[in-house]
Amino acid sequence: MIPGQKQLTNMEELLEGIWKQNPVFVMVLGMCPVLAVSVSAMNAISMGLATTFVLVGSTLLVSLLRSVIPKEVRIATYIVIIATFVTVVDYLIQAISLAVYDALGAFIQLIVVNCIILGRAEAHASKNPPLRSVLNALGMGAGFTLGLFALGAVREILGAGKLFGVALFGPDFQPWVVMVLPPGGFFVLGSWLLLFNWLNSRKTDAAQAKPVEGHAHV
Amino acid sequence: MNEPLRLELRTSPHVVKDNSVERIMFHVVLALLPIAAFSVWQYGLSALALLVTVTGTCLLTERLFNRLGGTASTLSDWSATITGLLLALTLPPAFPLWMGAVAGFTAIALGKALFGGIGFNVLNPALVGRAFVQAAFPVAITTWIPAFSAQRFSEFAPTTFTLPFMTPPDIGDWARAAVDGFTGATPLARWKFENVLAAPGDFLSGAVTASAGETSAILILLCGLYLAVRRFLDWRIPVAVLGSAALTAWVFQMIDPARYPDPLFVLLSGGLMIGAVFMATDMATSPVTPKGVWLYGALIGVVTVMIRYFGGLTEGVMYAILIGNALAPLIDQVTQPRVFGAAKGKKA
Repeated sequence: MIPGQKQLTNMEELLEGIWKQNPVFVMVLGMCPVLAVSVSAMNAISMGLATTFVLVGSTLLVSLLRSVIPKEVRIATYIVIIATFVTVVDYLIQAISLAVYDALGAFIQLIVVNCIILGRAEAHASKNPPLRSVLNALGMGAGFTLGLFALGAVREILGAGKLFGVALFGPDFQPWVVMVLPPGGFFVLGSWLLLFNWLNSRKTDAAQAKPVEGHAHV
Repeated sequence: MNEPLRLELRTSPHVVKDNSVERIMFHVVLALLPIAAFSVWQYGLSALALLVTVTGTCLLTERLFNRLGGTASTLSDWSATITGLLLALTLPPAFPLWMGAVAGFTAIALGKALFGGIGFNVLNPALVGRAFVQAAFPVAITTWIPAFSAQRFSEFAPTTFTLPFMTPPDIGDWARAAVDGFTGATPLARWKFENVLAAPGDFLSGAVTASAGETSAILILLCGLYLAVRRFLDWRIPVAVLGSAALTAWVFQMIDPARYPDPLFVLLSGGLMIGAVFMATDMATSPVTPKGVWLYGALIGVVTVMIRYFGGLTEGVMYAILIGNALAPLIDQVTQPRVFGAAKGKKA
């Protein structure tokens, strides 16, 4: 740990990725799969779970090996570790559901280059013991899945009138074609970011409005 | 009577006429009213309901974002009214009202409020709204109704009151019952897919299938002329747009007269007229340098004709203007006039 930085409790470590450091809405990382596979809620959740699996597996291994991996080749080592788990998850999804596998397409293999995973390995797992790393990875994975689901649900509801393939509005629903097209992904992501930032700015405004007590934090 | 002659000395500015944003915008609204009235006369109650709904949604959205942003109300500057009227005039008259509301909300929210409100928008808000519904509801936005049907003031088109989020009903039978021989295709679509040219007279009388406000070419030109004479719009832009479109069309017709229509058809059909006069001239989204204005207008004209002739869509004015809007800052940059007295080739 960096001296002086407040040590997070295990619970905080887990919750970090879900809200405060949400990879989709706060860090805005891994946008490629977020925009590409969030056409439906099912695809979004599958992608989120696959990424979470790779994230947890690779951070555990990186954390365990953190004193063994030479600093000079650490990135290459991380990629090999991540690629191993991606291969596992690739075959796993193929075995569980071929439909989901076809829907996600190349984006399963592309989890290798997802910057959330490499980022966690470099910034967190290589400096923290296994338990903390795994908790953090779980939180990040859950936050990523949540973000993907938030996008996928809106796009599926407006773009097809369904949620998880169940029709919500009956047969007369007018699909918003744009929502299943790439622009729809950008519109919905932008709207969610807007909402998040608006909520956060309201919170900081409210905090600033309160009289400052005691010492100031830097 | 025998007062000494007083000579008043004042410093500049000497022009004290109050040329405010509100005043200009108000006159644009005035200039749009005859066009809106003509479209109501042409298409009846459905067009009126659409105009009211879309403009109302735009105003409400503007107010909502004023509220959220904690700024003073900007409703009184008329800009949201213009966006609403223009947007409604570019939609098919029988467009379902709920989709009109979606277009109005998108226009103000996405096209204007998110950039910081009036003067800060990069693209024309009305066209952002239209582009969104064009992409979202491609069928509804190409469903047309006949002009001057007998019952236009006694009944609404069956699509107008479609329940929100529901598919509008098919209006083919209703439209054919209203006007004999109605094909449901715009002149541009008929030219593109059937190679049938509409007579120029039909455009002038408004007896064509089209969006609510794009048929009355003479009226649009007159209203534009009024604004241009009062210096509320830059006359160079419509002249450049229409001129370059006509020139491009003329060149193509010279190459292959059997395949390409005459320039007059290109000028009168579709939304080119209203786009050139009212949308391309939006002050916030067009260039400001004298040379840049010509370049911008010419670009819009050429792109429009190119999309019409070679694109998948039958009409290209909307995208041409949006492209022009997006390039406007760049055009301004490359057409900066030389500062008087500054050395050539040197940056000021």
